[in-house]
Amino acid sequence: MSGIGSYPVISGVRFFLAHTPGLVRHGSKPSRELRKYPALMDEINSHLRTYRQALSYPPNRAFLGSLYPDDLTDIERPWFHVDGDAPRRQPHGEMMPEDELYGLLKISDSFDLVWLEQGFTEVTREVLSRHPLVTGADLDRLGEGQPVSAIEAQVADGETALPLHLEDGRLVGCVNRAYEEDATLTADVLLENLACKATAAMALRTLLQDGQVEPGAVDYILNTGEEAVGERYQRGGGNLGKAIGEMAGLINATGSDVKAFCCGPAHALVMAGALVTSGVFRQVAVVGGCSLAKLGMKFQGHLNQGQPILEDMLAGMAIMVGEDDGVSPVLRLDSVGRHSIGAGSSQQAIYEMLVSEPLARLGLGFAEIDKYSTELHNPEITEPSGAGDVPGRNYQLIAALAALNDEIDRSEIMKFTKAHGMPGFSPTQGHIASAIPFMGHAVDRIGDGRMNRAMFLAKGSLFLGRMTQMSDGVSFILERNPGAG
Amino acid sequence: MELSGKKVIALGERDGVQGGVIAKCARSAGAEVVLEMTYCFV
Repeated sequence: MSGIGSYPVISGVRFFLAHTPGLVRHGSKPSRELRKYPALMDEINSHLRTYRQALSYPPNRAFLGSLYPDDLTDIERPWFHVDGDAPRRQPHGEMMPEDELYGLLKISDSFDLVWLEQGFTEVTREVLSRHPLVTGADLDRLGEGQPVSAIEAQVADGETALPLHLEDGRLVGCVNRAYEEDATLTADVLLENLACKATAAMALRTLLQDGQVEPGAVDYILNTGEEAVGERYQRGGGNLGKAIGEMAGLINATGSDVKAFCCGPAHALVMAGALVTSGVFRQVAVVGGCSLAKLGMKFQGHLNQGQPILEDMLAGMAIMVGEDDGVSPVLRLDSVGRHSIGAGSSQQAIYEMLVSEPLARLGLGFAEIDKYSTELHNPEITEPSGAGDVPGRNYQLIAALAALNDEIDRSEIMKFTKAHGMPGFSPTQGHIASAIPFMGHAVDRIGDGRMNRAMFLAKGSLFLGRMTQMSDGVSFILERNPGAG
Repeated sequence: MELSGKKVIALGERDGVQGGVIAKCARSAGAEVVLEMTYCFV
């Protein structure tokens, strides 16, 4: 039953990955360390993965949908030893190589901030002309390119422009700052924002291509990334959402950004659901681009362990929230949990508000949620630097709450986490990794009846912005559509 | 470890033990907490 007051549905989820080893040097941690120790570049370069290695990497395959996350437990670690062929396009999205991503940065750029070398432009134009989601208008935006001497001159002082290198070290372009006297339009900020725009737009194009909703039928777009788009008088002005919608042809939509650290997507999904169920809009796209600053975030731990630098992926996502179609999983707006301001910041308080309280409100037991989807960061990325298994810890907390609720015995905590949790598999891309990576699998399995319901719980580290000591969290349940039979 | 009379820096992690919790324990043991922070390592 559709119409005002009925549950909204999630009709599609798609992801996008770009393998960008050449951009690892521009991640926040590598760039700061390289300023102090330029000789580190050789060590970083010798620990970068090839595209083929990144494509066959099991956690990336789980992210793009060709592996079910639980199946990772059957693959011996370290997962980065897995070598083999995997398709570029997988059920939930593609992995793009870095040369094409650089072309996309230029395509996303309306202000001639991105310069690509002439020869590289020609080659990339030819390659991108074969991409099913790149249009003739996109290819026109590539232009003719610049001579390499011009690019070398731009990057020479380290301020005017940031270099764009390929994994083999070739300089193929640069991203220019927009204005010398504006700290919010520096080259690194613009590179991050353009990468966000491009990756979110590709995820959205994939979603529109694969799904049933035409671009013109989308009324509103909510962007959820942690980038900051603005200029010196309005540093976080935002609405990258509308720019992303423009790239995806959403000619009848406007949009806005939801800013809530890593919890942004969860907040946006609840808002999107509310907009649809109230009848304000019929189809709302919720999108999020990459976290370029997090490239190579834990590279020192990886180098210390002699392993490849695994944070070489830029990730984007797009989710369609729309009117009840009688088939797609419903977003239970009556299940929304929130970490309120007065709740206190202990882990127990956060999880009670996100998990225990909504379950009690709906009269559900902990085990009636088939899968919980929480922080899903790949442990192979976080463990070498001492940050441990983040999903594992989160699932143990949920299981502990079930035990506190006398629904399971303490001795059954690990069994509960295995049954209702999953191994982490997401690239450490901030807002993308918090609850969202399992959504494609959940929509598939709830849609075909293999699963009944999944709970998504995301958290945000508001304290990092130094405006509050608080954390944040939002949760909701996706459930089988009663009309699906 | 005897914390009474000692100065403590409490560095916590959002997905682990948070800084505030470490600080509360340290204070209850008689320590002076000179810095209390929670970080997020993902």
